[in-house]
Amino acid sequence: MKQASVPVWVNVGLIPLINILLAFAVSGLVILAIGENPIEAAGYLIYGAFGYEEGIGYTLYYATNLIFTGLAVSIAFKAGLFNIGGEGQAYIGGLGVGLLCLWLDSSMPFIVILPLAVIASAVFGAAWAYIPAYLQARRGSHIVITTIMFNFIASSLMVYLLVNWLKEEGRMAANSRTFAENAWMPYMHEILSPLGINISDSPLNGAFILALICCAFIWGLIWHTRWGYQLRTLGTNATAAQYAGIDNAKVTIWVMLISGGLAGFVGINEIMGVNHNLLLNFTAGYGFAGIAVSLMGRNHPIGIILSATLFGALYQGGAELAFEMPTITPEIVVVIQGLVILFSGALEHMLKDRVEGLFIRKAA
Amino acid sequence: MFETLILILDATLRVSTPLILAALAGLFSERAGIVDIGLEGKMLGGAFAAAAAASVFGSAWIGLGFAIIASVGLALVHGFACITHRGDHIVSGVAINTVVAGLTITLGLDWFSMGGQTPALSGDERFFAITLPFADALADVPVIGLIYSELISGHNILVYLAFALVPATYWVVFKTRFGLRLRAVGENPHAVDTAGISVAFIRYRAVIICGVLCGIAGAYLSTAHNAGFLKDMSAGKGYMALAALIFGKWRPVPVMFACLLFGFLDAVAVRMQGVVVPGIGEIPVQAIEVLPYVLTVLLLAGFIGKAVGPKAVGRPYVKERA
Repeated sequence: MKQASVPVWVNVGLIPLINILLAFAVSGLVILAIGENPIEAAGYLIYGAFGYEEGIGYTLYYATNLIFTGLAVSIAFKAGLFNIGGEGQAYIGGLGVGLLCLWLDSSMPFIVILPLAVIASAVFGAAWAYIPAYLQARRGSHIVITTIMFNFIASSLMVYLLVNWLKEEGRMAANSRTFAENAWMPYMHEILSPLGINISDSPLNGAFILALICCAFIWGLIWHTRWGYQLRTLGTNATAAQYAGIDNAKVTIWVMLISGGLAGFVGINEIMGVNHNLLLNFTAGYGFAGIAVSLMGRNHPIGIILSATLFGALYQGGAELAFEMPTITPEIVVVIQGLVILFSGALEHMLKDRVEGLFIRKAA
Repeated sequence: MFETLILILDATLRVSTPLILAALAGLFSERAGIVDIGLEGKMLGGAFAAAAAASVFGSAWIGLGFAIIASVGLALVHGFACITHRGDHIVSGVAINTVVAGLTITLGLDWFSMGGQTPALSGDERFFAITLPFADALADVPVIGLIYSELISGHNILVYLAFALVPATYWVVFKTRFGLRLRAVGENPHAVDTAGISVAFIRYRAVIICGVLCGIAGAYLSTAHNAGFLKDMSAGKGYMALAALIFGKWRPVPVMFACLLFGFLDAVAVRMQGVVVPGIGEIPVQAIEVLPYVLTVLLLAGFIGKAVGPKAVGRPYVKERA
């Protein structure tokens, strides 16, 4: 029982903290190499993300996408699967939302459209995850490769659909027409103002509430149901799961369906919440960012909310930073994201074993 | 018609070159048991380093050198994570791709102030086409003349290098002692360890070779095929190379043909834009572009043959201790 002697806060608090600090330190060196002051840059970043109400709104809006994709990656991780296809699933999920809104926005009220849109995004996202899941479960094709391939297939499919079928007549850009307003997800400032709470306008919308509901749902599902136990057993030891009578193939397929559905919810936030039309590349790398979020959040919904907020802050603060320091691009955030994946994912053992060793020795 | 075909095949060779280089890179890595999703990132990093160095030093060859250094550096990070620290190969690859995507733009903007691009390269800063002997003299000979002067002659040196590396890779992997050990490490590292050979050292060497080849592929993109670095210019070629590697079942010659097939589809897709095929109508470009990925999925699903990779691929090797 080596694990038992390591205090919990080391695993859930200290190690992620050291990882993120390492990532920040290396990014600081990059900023230093560019000839800017990293401390000053961090100041702009934090101010941009949390310094004023609108900034916080943006931070949480970005975080909404990241909670969805982070949860998607983490539930698959929990079952020992690597869903690298969040990008494509989110893309297709958005297609589902878009098609539904284009179809019903002139005939149905918001209260009917909302649940249908949520279902559409989940079903479309899940459907896109189904084929890789089936192939992994029944035919043993490696899910990492198939989901990567499906990202590219999704991207081509969307270009084809938007350019040939959904594009608004007489416009150059490959966008669909804008939905009627009854198919728009209300903004957070609109939801809160009848309650007497006034916040600044920002793209933060009702999808954020959906994200929090998803977190609670996933937490219950993974840790408090029989099926969640099967899922975790499969992830910990597939052979043991098999001998315990768990239908690994079935669990694999269902996990991936849920994962794809969660990723599909990005469409609710982006298409229904902010863009109000179907467009190209609205996923903007959120699917991949979900990997960093889930690693950083240690595959736990609470951790994912925290790390999604952190990354949301980096997105928003990064935009602010680029504005204040023109020599720095918002892409510096992508560098930090990559470094977080490197330190908390790929080099996990480098740190973990040492830090844990430190505490085990103390306890002994 | 014949001339069009030759032109398409000519384009095929040019588009396939970076795929072949990257797929061979992946072959060395995966044959040694290291999964490499990071081909894309290493290629992109190499492309940036090549263009940046070529424009600063005025030489494509110096650019190539820097591309190889950058790419090998990234490969060593991958090796350090996967071999030394038993990290997840996929996670490490994703990390490298992400870091490079951000870093190239960040550094590019700072160094050249051109929105993340490098200055346009010209003259010696690029690899130029080589006209093979007698190409001009033979150009008028029917059939053979066109094939020789258009298809075979007139490419830059990296294209010839890529195709020369195919038999070279075959020889190294299947006919040398190093190759035998490389394959053994990918299939059964325990056996190699028992024979008193360092698993880690062989894997590191494989990863370094992978880095060198990705660096060349990157340099090809920015200093031979194009004239300068553009944001995200690898555009999924690393993943397509990975698909080709699987499609070619981890064997050099079939891998080359897979790359040529994918390159051919790409070249055809460009030509087919807006062309109406009698009886079928206009084929959407996207339908052709997507074929490499669809074919790879079908292959992985076992519908067209069966792709079985090296047995120990993706698994960290932990040396047993008494």
